[in-house]
Amino acid sequence: MDEGERMNEMKIIIPKSTGSMLINKTGSWRSSRPVIDERKCTGCLICWKFCPDACIEPGEKPKINLDYCKGCGICAEECPFDAIEMVREEK
Amino acid sequence: MTIPSEELMCSGHKACQGCAGTLAMRYALKALGPKTVVTIPACCWTVLEGEYPYTSLKVPLFHTAFETAASAGAGISAAFKAKGRGDITVMAWAGDGGTFDIGIQALSGAAERGDNLIYVCYDNEAYMNTGIQRSSATPYGAWTTTTPADNYKSRPKKNIIDIMVAHEIPYVATASVAYPEDFIRKMRKAKGKTGTKFIHVISPCPPGWRFPSNMTVKIARLAVQSRAFPLYEVEDGIYRITVNPKKVIPVREYLMAQGRFRHLSDEEIELIQKQVDERWQKLLKKVEESRE
Amino acid sequence: MRMVLTGNHTAAYAAKLARVEVVAAYPITPQTQIVEKLSEIIARGELKAEFIKVESEHSAMAACIGASAAGARAFTATSSQGLALMHELLHWAAGARLPIVMANVNRAMAPPWNIWCDHNDSISQRDTGWMQIYCESNQEVMDSIIQAFRVAESVRLPVMVNLDGFYLSHTAEPVEFPDQDEVDKFLPEYDPEDKLDPENPFSYGAMAVPENYARMRYNLHLAMQRAKRLIKETGAEYGRRFGRYYDIVDPYRCDDAEVLLISTSTIASTAKDVIDAMRDEGEKVGLLRIRWFRPFPLEEIRKVAGKVRKICVIDRNLSFGFEGAISSEVKAVLYSIEPRPQVYSFLMGIGGMDVPPEEIERAIRRTIDGGAEEFNWDLKGLGF
Repeated sequence: MDEGERMNEMKIIIPKSTGSMLINKTGSWRSSRPVIDERKCTGCLICWKFCPDACIEPGEKPKINLDYCKGCGICAEECPFDAIEMVREEK
Repeated sequence: MTIPSEELMCSGHKACQGCAGTLAMRYALKALGPKTVVTIPACCWTVLEGEYPYTSLKVPLFHTAFETAASAGAGISAAFKAKGRGDITVMAWAGDGGTFDIGIQALSGAAERGDNLIYVCYDNEAYMNTGIQRSSATPYGAWTTTTPADNYKSRPKKNIIDIMVAHEIPYVATASVAYPEDFIRKMRKAKGKTGTKFIHVISPCPPGWRFPSNMTVKIARLAVQSRAFPLYEVEDGIYRITVNPKKVIPVREYLMAQGRFRHLSDEEIELIQKQVDERWQKLLKKVEESRE
Repeated sequence: MRMVLTGNHTAAYAAKLARVEVVAAYPITPQTQIVEKLSEIIARGELKAEFIKVESEHSAMAACIGASAAGARAFTATSSQGLALMHELLHWAAGARLPIVMANVNRAMAPPWNIWCDHNDSISQRDTGWMQIYCESNQEVMDSIIQAFRVAESVRLPVMVNLDGFYLSHTAEPVEFPDQDEVDKFLPEYDPEDKLDPENPFSYGAMAVPENYARMRYNLHLAMQRAKRLIKETGAEYGRRFGRYYDIVDPYRCDDAEVLLISTSTIASTAKDVIDAMRDEGEKVGLLRIRWFRPFPLEEIRKVAGKVRKICVIDRNLSFGFEGAISSEVKAVLYSIEPRPQVYSFLMGIGGMDVPPEEIERAIRRTIDGGAEEFNWDLKGLGF
């Protein structure tokens, strides 16, 4: 393909992003992870409400997505029932 | 659930652990819904949202130059109006630098013209994206890299709410990420109005304010409970306090939870308490006067 | 329809014919009548557009950028200090690949304050990625703005249409109005696929690593080059539709010229009379008027200039300590030509200084007679 043909074929590349940052598994950032004590958890979902990474799945009981959890600890701090404990990651 | 369940911001973004700015965006988009276009000038969100070609928002996001959140937003809003798409909500989303300092001209211009957009300032009280330099939103007494040892911020925080109220726009409000229901209610109220709406969200920043990442929401709550950052709205000139702390906490507790105030002497803390009390009284007066 | 119009009013009517949808502009002498006339046109309901009365030129360009990204045809106008204030955003508009069209009324940069014509304002923006046209008449302003939208929207790059301050902006000339229906066929509605739309969400302008940034810049660079062919095609189609043909350059009596004058704008239009007079005396002179300065028409310059021995370039702009931009660029483009024509650079008209035909003729004669230096700036009348 010569220069002229290549220029005709050339698509316009604008700086647009259509992919999702879900490919970025931020779970590798953390040094501690939240562990929910199912017995104390009432399913109030306050942890889900205050997660800056939107990585807690709301349901009957919350489920934390460890692929993305950065271990900030807000959920543990905010839980009114002391049902979340931050446990140090081994390694 | 006390707030909408749909997530329009996904995980995987590059924000620091415990970032209030992302909590704020999460709530704002829950309030506005998917028919929203966001414009973001240079700020933390510019970088944390993702890297080409990936994004962490599920609504259109237009990156724009530092000073131009309000002016680009005005242009987007005008285009939608011209094309008969006035049903799309335009939200300008800027940090304190892009709102109080470099972006204030464009913001004032848009407000004076009444351009139809919701302007949200997520305020972490310094130029955090570039490494914690002071802005005019940095509060009195705070440490930043440009107000370091013995040279702490000596001027008061610019009163952006008074400035915006002076523009006689339909809606001005403060919010805190510790009170998402209040924030979402205010965003929805703003959405229901035509013209320029301004919401100022206090966004505690763990690395910038020097506190452990799990304390973000707690500090955003202390800000309100100590009256350092009252939650109120000004709707067509009428002031209304929306969260009245039942148990008022001394501002010392709010300040000492943050490393950036660690150096304050007792006298300085007393002075700050006095300033907080005075401002609260002024606010009460405005509430009373505007009720007539 | 024909009207006698100033360049400023012509620009406003051109924007109207192009059916612009969002205008965001700030007043500055000598552009103000563009803004005023457009406000009037919109207020009378003759043009259905949103006019954002911005509080500075920086906001004007930011608003145009936002509007264009949201899929509207956006237009603005400015001059001198205003254009300079927009500088950061000129880079943004081009990098974001937005087809904004802007009328720039050429005016000198302060200080000292000077409202009259020179080209330092627009020439200073030549590296931003904007295409640039320099008009010699109000008719050309009308026709160029309409063509500019067509070219801009095809390659997704913004276009600056320059008109000389006062010489064109405030001087009334007869202008033929193209028919609105014909313009609509020539320039259909702007509805880009990639626009801000919640039904098709994406993030626009996010941070990119060097490799991706370079790819985008290369794409922009190629677009500018590709635009050259499009400019010629558009100008030819415009001629077929409206009777006035335009090319990327305007060669005047160049065919058998031995000495060439290269210039732009109203200096060039004055020069046409000078060329005629000198031709009557038997001098084989010609004028190559540069219309589109960006993308720089290097092929056309090589073709025409390759046949002459001497070239006289008149710049109405200066890169301090060096020379005018057109001189530098012409020389750069001819560097590889064998045998290389001699190029003499002349500076005229700075700060709105009058450029009478005699001065243009003197420059050409000095070029012919060998009395010219490499760089010539004659201010003898002013005591230098």
